[in-house]
Amino acid sequence: MAELNLVQAINLALAQEMERDDRVMVLGEDVGLNGGVFRVTDGLQKRFGEDRVVDTPLAESGILGTSIGLAINGMRPVPEIQFEGFLGPAYDQIVHHAGRMRTRTRGAVTVPLTVRVPVGGGIHAPELHSDSPEAIYSHHVGLKVVMPSTPYDAKGLLLAAIRDPDPVMFFEPKRVYRSYKEQVPEDDYTVEIGKAKIVSEGDDVTVITWGATVFQALAALDELPEDVSVELIDMRTIYPMDEDTIVESVMKTGRCVIAHEAPRTAGMGAEIATILQEKCFLHLEAPVQRVTGFDTVMPYYKLENHYLPEAPRIKEAIEQVLAY
Amino acid sequence: MPRKVAYKTQIEHLSILDENGKLDSKLGKDLLSDEQVQQSYEHMTICRQYDEVAFKLQRSGRMGTFPQNKGQEAAAIGSALAARKGQDWLVSAYRENAALFMHGLPMHYVLNYWMGDERGSKIPEGVKITPLSVPIGTHMLHAVGIAWAAKIRKEDSVALTYFGDGATSEGDFHEAANFAGVLGVPCIFICQNNSWAISVPREKQTASETFAQKALGYGIPTIQVDGNDLFAMYLATKEAHDRARKGEGPSFIEAVTYRLADHTTADDASRYRDSAELDAWKAKDPLIRLRKYLENKDLWSDEQQEALEAKAKAIVQEVVKTAEEMPKPDVDDIFDYTFEELPESIRVQRDTMRTTSLGQNPEQAGLNARMAH
Ligand SMILES: Cc1ncc(C[n+]2csc(CCOP(=O)(O)OP(=O)(O)O)c2C)c(N)n1
Repeated sequence: MAELNLVQAINLALAQEMERDDRVMVLGEDVGLNGGVFRVTDGLQKRFGEDRVVDTPLAESGILGTSIGLAINGMRPVPEIQFEGFLGPAYDQIVHHAGRMRTRTRGAVTVPLTVRVPVGGGIHAPELHSDSPEAIYSHHVGLKVVMPSTPYDAKGLLLAAIRDPDPVMFFEPKRVYRSYKEQVPEDDYTVEIGKAKIVSEGDDVTVITWGATVFQALAALDELPEDVSVELIDMRTIYPMDEDTIVESVMKTGRCVIAHEAPRTAGMGAEIATILQEKCFLHLEAPVQRVTGFDTVMPYYKLENHYLPEAPRIKEAIEQVLAY
Repeated sequence: MPRKVAYKTQIEHLSILDENGKLDSKLGKDLLSDEQVQQSYEHMTICRQYDEVAFKLQRSGRMGTFPQNKGQEAAAIGSALAARKGQDWLVSAYRENAALFMHGLPMHYVLNYWMGDERGSKIPEGVKITPLSVPIGTHMLHAVGIAWAAKIRKEDSVALTYFGDGATSEGDFHEAANFAGVLGVPCIFICQNNSWAISVPREKQTASETFAQKALGYGIPTIQVDGNDLFAMYLATKEAHDRARKGEGPSFIEAVTYRLADHTTADDASRYRDSAELDAWKAKDPLIRLRKYLENKDLWSDEQQEALEAKAKAIVQEVVKTAEEMPKPDVDDIFDYTFEELPESIRVQRDTMRTTSLGQNPEQAGLNARMAH
């Protein structure tokens, strides 16, 4: 077991799965010799060759469209899109083809592919390099949407995603890429897609979040008085959602704060709040509250920390919900 | 005869000023005045200095990622020189600052932009450019639309659009070229073929022998040009410009050049690029070539060079000062330009963000309302 960051854990998962299953291919812009712009695929081309780790032309629709074909015809493609802002050209292929193929063909043709994409803000990146698109792809049918926040989960979830018979959007919070390390086993293990993780147990309020915001929530918890007991949940999979875990938790605590980076309107916070309202209305002691990005363009980096749901905002929301 | 040739053509390559600064006397005759060449050389030197200072700003943590234009100055400036400031449009990606400066964009804007300040994207009145474009390939369609509008409105204006070799792989490039060809709009496509798209060399980008020939598929007149040659870039663009103004539609120019720097400050080209290749291109540096030309004509001396370098330093220093002395943007900036008139919900997010973590009216949230009772 080694202490790895998110980048290293994902690299390890890719290497091990390519070793285990020769149908697995990595493809995308700069993923080969250069090892990807974040070095997530570093060393893979050297180890597995240019046929399995492919530097493609600069064309996201091309990358996703051919990945769909590869998947249909027996391969297990793991395309990388450099930043979430560049999913745009591939959008049609992802939502109208990858997500629908199984349904359209009544199960005859399937698309087992995993699209890896760095997402989110907080690293002072240029425009279009800091968005959080999880709600968009959760809204489209036939796609699973995964967003790990820790190296251990990232490895387990990525292996699960590659082995999943359906298309998975695998969103990697780039703010965490190198900021956090933990022990990651060498063994082959998976983390189940669709299962949330209770990061810390508590009785007074449930905080639901995912991706880089998990660490903001943890920082907020540190600032709260000792006698406040918070149950912190990392969703890990955005769709399909682990309703049982969140409903059970909120039934216990009666209070809930949801925190995410994406804009508020039609974000996943709205979905979660509705589920809680439907399933545990009588247990709620306070309105469910959201701490989110705003309904604006993600600002260039001078103002990005005002936009992101940072720890002080989460802490304040917890206090408000508790005071209700 | 069951098989015959349906179409046959060739791609012309244009070069006027060679690596030793020697001008082709026929092609180069009366093309650019001495004054124009001197001014261009001066502008290129200032832009080179700008690049170098921007690089240092990034390295010392005073700026975010920055894409240098080093080595591609002749392609940007030679082409922009053939366009009319304030009348023709420049629709560029993110690397051609030199052309944008020439057409009126204040130099500190680009620094502000990469310093993470939205005000760097504001276009001053009368400057006919679009903001820097980060997504690869998408902006060429805007240039075609701009040219289309000019045609509909019978406006004497041409749109020049700049993009890299990598951009020609994106679907949008092909749609832009196709629309431009079909509609016959006054648009000039300028492909900066600098050999690389981040780490991907042109052979992995396309199996096509030239980028210029891609335009043939869309019925667009096309040419390959030595992109480190100010004169050739100027002439090719001038010819395209004349065609556009005569109503003869779009043109395509492949500028064969090289980026002498990393892709951006976030990149390390030594991971994928041979140093011998880089060295060979250093010898073709457009600045050196132009200086040799001026020297050959006795139009340039060491003293002038020294004076120019000092001038470039002073100008860029002043630009950096202006950029860095800009007060931090107000947080209202995040909201104010979302719509001309802000919807109520965004207005509330703006007005309450300093007082509540929730970004919503506390009364609507039902929190303080109950606490107040
Ligand atoms: C749609 C899209 N995909 C990927 C990227 C990431 N990216 C930024 S620059 C670049 C390479 C561009 O190469 P080229 O078009 O040749 O222009 P150059 O930077 O060499 O001038 C890539 C892949 C992007 N900005 N937009």
